[in-house]
Amino acid sequence: MNFTEHAGKAALRAAGIPTPEGIVARTPEDVADAARRIGKCVIKAQVLTGKRGKAGGIKLATTPEEAANHARAILGMTIGEHKVDHVLVDPQVNIAREMYAAVLNDPETQGPLLLFSPEGGMDIEEIAAEHPHALLRLPISIIKGLDEEALAAAVRRYDPPAAGAITDILVKLYEAYRASDAELVEINPLVQMRDGHFIALDCKLTVDDSALTRQEALAHSGTPDKTTDLEARAKALHLKYIELDGEVGVLANGAGLTMTTMDAIRHFGGQPANFMEIGGDSYTKAVPALEIVLANPNVKALLVNFCGAFARTDVMAEGVINAWLHLKPKIPIVFTIHGTGEDEAIAMVRERLGIEPHDLMDDAVKAAVAAAKGARA
Amino acid sequence: MIIGGKETVLVQGITGKQGTFWSERMRDYGSRIIGGVNPRRAGERHLDLPVWASAQDAAKDQKIDAAVMFVPPFGVKEAALDIIAAGVRKIVCLTEHVPVQDTMYFLAAARERGAQVIGPNTAGLVTTGVSFVGFMPAFNQRVFQKGDIGVISRSGSLGTLLCLNLVQAGLGISSFVGIGGDPIIGTTTRDALMALDKDPATKAIALVGEIGGAMEEAAAEYAASMKKPVAAFIAGAASPPGKKMGHAGAIVMGDRGSYAGKKAALEEAGVTVCATPNEVPGVLKARLKR
Repeated sequence: MNFTEHAGKAALRAAGIPTPEGIVARTPEDVADAARRIGKCVIKAQVLTGKRGKAGGIKLATTPEEAANHARAILGMTIGEHKVDHVLVDPQVNIAREMYAAVLNDPETQGPLLLFSPEGGMDIEEIAAEHPHALLRLPISIIKGLDEEALAAAVRRYDPPAAGAITDILVKLYEAYRASDAELVEINPLVQMRDGHFIALDCKLTVDDSALTRQEALAHSGTPDKTTDLEARAKALHLKYIELDGEVGVLANGAGLTMTTMDAIRHFGGQPANFMEIGGDSYTKAVPALEIVLANPNVKALLVNFCGAFARTDVMAEGVINAWLHLKPKIPIVFTIHGTGEDEAIAMVRERLGIEPHDLMDDAVKAAVAAAKGARA
Repeated sequence: MIIGGKETVLVQGITGKQGTFWSERMRDYGSRIIGGVNPRRAGERHLDLPVWASAQDAAKDQKIDAAVMFVPPFGVKEAALDIIAAGVRKIVCLTEHVPVQDTMYFLAAARERGAQVIGPNTAGLVTTGVSFVGFMPAFNQRVFQKGDIGVISRSGSLGTLLCLNLVQAGLGISSFVGIGGDPIIGTTTRDALMALDKDPATKAIALVGEIGGAMEEAAAEYAASMKKPVAAFIAGAASPPGKKMGHAGAIVMGDRGSYAGKKAALEEAGVTVCATPNEVPGVLKARLKR
């Protein structure tokens, strides 16, 4: 789950990292009120995307009137497909230097990785690519924890006078990462102010979805992914469903098999209408899954691809058949079924729907693509 | 990470519904299931097998070569640390949705003790006709027939389809290695490829990957040195790319992870990349003839 700037900064403050004491506002009037309390301020669109500044979503204001005017422009603006419905009003900060810091899960070392650069700002990727020495990469032993002496020694190579203060921030950043089950926590920029103190001016936080139920307090402040109505319905049932633009509806078990079914549809000249996966613990949810797939009016044919290991194909097929007979859709349905419970599943499809499942997945996909095109003509 | 017929297997969570169901199937297939762990039912017998309070207790009575975990997500870290402390060298973690920081923790502990972890989020291991651990339909003869193709898959369902396609085409499977679908896993595609390359029962390899991460790219580096033919299928060509926040992901991953990048890396290494899983058996047959 991703967190907007103000929610991420709250997690930083909880770990003892200073941030501007800002105010979240949803209307120009509230922004003006916030500006009155804060003084010179910056109004920042709270959306889950980068390049907010370049899109005009971050503006400086000296008076409450100016702040309200900026808020009128920013609220309702769309930045990278994200509509802005709230802003953060932060006090302005005297910036002497901008740095970069992050901790993330690193698949390569299979542990946490700390990143630090004395040069921060928007172009950190280019800095990292062109001047690798300007970026400190420190793998951390998750068992032993952060080796503060090694970290301090490394930071001293970048900024001897401020090494102590920077190390202190990085230690707290690692604590924030551990405490929040983060996949990523990033401060860009980490600012050294003219008085020499450090402050986190922005924050990106992504928390591991698998840990959300033990991060209850945090989970409430995260921003759910933007979803369609059908995606929201599926999510409430703990089904993985993504709505797409195509015409061939997909119902399969397991993320890998579902993705493969979509790939094969495209390979044989069709387009998938959705991702819907009922594998693992969800294999008993065929009925609501099918209802959601068929509720998309673009679906012109349905392809059911089951390959049961843990998931029993007879249980899944029975659910699909029941829902199909109940909903009576006016579109063709194509099956291919293999693995655990396949004999019972195939017999049920034959007897109750009068349909012969395909033995090869490719044949089933070709039939579904052709059926969707026929239905469209 | 190939499971042999002589290896003894301990089942964490043997008394649960899935633990019971799959323990019976594993034992019927020939796997040497020696018992299981459930702290609340220590001292009882289940499936006519002993139940211990911990893997460390079990290790006092029995030699344990491998352990398989039917354990809920938040219990995995503790169960894994128990198995590692018991000195078990091969650990199969089936559980999906394990918090990644927990995974990183017990993987680090396993590395310190020299234990091999397969998973999390794997369907398990099969050596056809000999032994299996996990929940693959090894006993289904349409899916598994003895042969000389080694299969590596991140996904259980897709791995099952691939094995089935091989059998439909008249081929058979030497060993199946399910490595798991999580972003951080104990045995990588490259590790599995190396093991099957060294396995005398395996003549060719079918590799099933997925978009995301850099494991296929790393496996390609090894594949370039191999003599055995490898055919791959990478799932996700038609999937929308995942949303990534922040700069750190881009700094660490660079341009790795895309379908195009993986396909190019594998082809560069002499691996044939197939458009659908159904194409894999034909490619392997042709390459084995050459």
